[in-house]
Amino acid sequence: MADGDAAVARRGGPPGEPRTVAYLYIAPALLVFGAFLLWPILHAVWLSFYDWDGLTLGTWAGLDNYRQVLTDPELRAPFAHALVLVVFFAALPVTIGLALAGLMSRSALPGLAVFRTVLFLPQVIAMVVVGIAWSAIYAPDGALNDSLSALGLDGLARAWLGDEVFALPAVGMVGTWVGTGLCVVLFLAGLSKVPRELYEAARLDGAGPVREFLAVGLPALRGEIAVAATLTVIAALRTFDLVYVMTSGGPGGRTRVPSYEVYDRAFQQGQVGSAAAIAVLLTIVIMALTVAINRFADRGAT
Amino acid sequence: MIGRAERLLTYALLGAAAAYAVFPLAVVLWLAVQPDRIGDTGLAFGNFALAWTEGGFSTYLRTSLVVSVSVVVLATALAALAGYAFGTMSFRGSTALFYLLLVGLMVPSEAVVVPLYFDLRALQLTDTYVALIAPQVAQSLAFGTFWMRAYFRSTSRELVEAARLDGAGHWRVLWSILLPLGRPAVLTMVLLIFMWTWNEFLIPLVMVTDESLRTAPLGLSNFQGQYTSGAALLAAGAVLVALPVVLVYLFTQRYFIRGMLEGAVKG
Repeated sequence: MADGDAAVARRGGPPGEPRTVAYLYIAPALLVFGAFLLWPILHAVWLSFYDWDGLTLGTWAGLDNYRQVLTDPELRAPFAHALVLVVFFAALPVTIGLALAGLMSRSALPGLAVFRTVLFLPQVIAMVVVGIAWSAIYAPDGALNDSLSALGLDGLARAWLGDEVFALPAVGMVGTWVGTGLCVVLFLAGLSKVPRELYEAARLDGAGPVREFLAVGLPALRGEIAVAATLTVIAALRTFDLVYVMTSGGPGGRTRVPSYEVYDRAFQQGQVGSAAAIAVLLTIVIMALTVAINRFADRGAT
Repeated sequence: MIGRAERLLTYALLGAAAAYAVFPLAVVLWLAVQPDRIGDTGLAFGNFALAWTEGGFSTYLRTSLVVSVSVVVLATALAALAGYAFGTMSFRGSTALFYLLLVGLMVPSEAVVVPLYFDLRALQLTDTYVALIAPQVAQSLAFGTFWMRAYFRSTSRELVEAARLDGAGHWRVLWSILLPLGRPAVLTMVLLIFMWTWNEFLIPLVMVTDESLRTAPLGLSNFQGQYTSGAALLAAGAVLVALPVVLVYLFTQRYFIRGMLEGAVKG
């Protein structure tokens, strides 16, 4: 995300002479931004210190809401589920993306642009639509069970989204589907910048395709991997639409995730303070991870 | 460079990956043209018309169009103005203010939607277009300002100086010189904000109960909750909801992909 930025910064400090008219240019944006984003964040922090049902007068709760998130198993579970989703939304797409991009970049393949367009398609489709599509696939009489019985594996067929063990991985696999194309396209863009000579040199040294990729391609992709990891990890932690559409947190709360917990508590159960505390914690986790991943990438680059 | 066998294997893998990417979409398309009544055969393209009229999707899509266009226009205008100042002028506090905007890139909408709902309810603004549009303008501004600032910083100083010597003020420099040159950057931003707004689900879900203000994804999810049968109609509705963004993507994918790769994190 800082790529273009850094390139410009190298050219020197902020351009132009000092100007007060600048404040007029930024005022409209700052006003809207302040009223509808910054103020709500502060308000969320404020609400998280209260016990409030959203209607009657709230009572001061201090840090109770936060204490509960850390101690109550029912509140810790959604965060654990989010971590499971990180594996499916981030770890798998990055790994698969690296493998596919490594293969695709080995030579100029005619028709690559078409593949790129198709692989990227899941990124532009509304998550609600994605959830409905995959719900149809996972349905008891859906495509997944049909394929299993066609292969003679009837024993494995089940109502995937109603299964206490398989519901969360089933939602996770949708995240893998969404994220993989993004990773492939990102990594391909990164690999296209690697000079051909480096590959030739590795080949002359007797490196096979895998060694060649590990020695040349992978180190060049550090920045792209950081971007991909940031985007997919955030997507995993923020998962809401998929869970709302596919499982509503069920069965038995097995697919409840932090975002869903925030929505459910604030607007269905009348526990606004607790919802705000979860929202604040989720924001902190997302910010910390974003900074950490990018630090890690920067340190390796120098 | 590489052998024939390896090339074939690569294409096979690519084909498999592409098929996997398309498969769920094909399932929805297939379901959408199935006749709903048992005994009927053939493809039922009437499902789309039925979803459009009786499913209420004509209203949902219209609301989505109003909201998306409003958010795009407002966010683009405000982001261009702010990005111009951040990118070409120096003023006290510019760095601090810019970092403040960048915070918006990392804050998830889940965190702001709870207080926003209660604030807007107190102002009696829930169930209005304001509640659908304003929060999304604010969220798009973080990315938009970041994006436009990067563009304005990349523009040539000599060009601006030359225009100034010709007597052009800061307003003319922006409108007659820099913005026309920045059409690709602006277009990329417009496309991304349009897609994000069209696909947004949580904000409409929380802010709106009025049927006529339901956006397309919200209408679709309500439709799913109401009619447990009618899988064909639901699938037809899903196709209608996804179609506008998919069409725009197919025609402008260069800008789309570039923007997603360079613009990266949107909160």
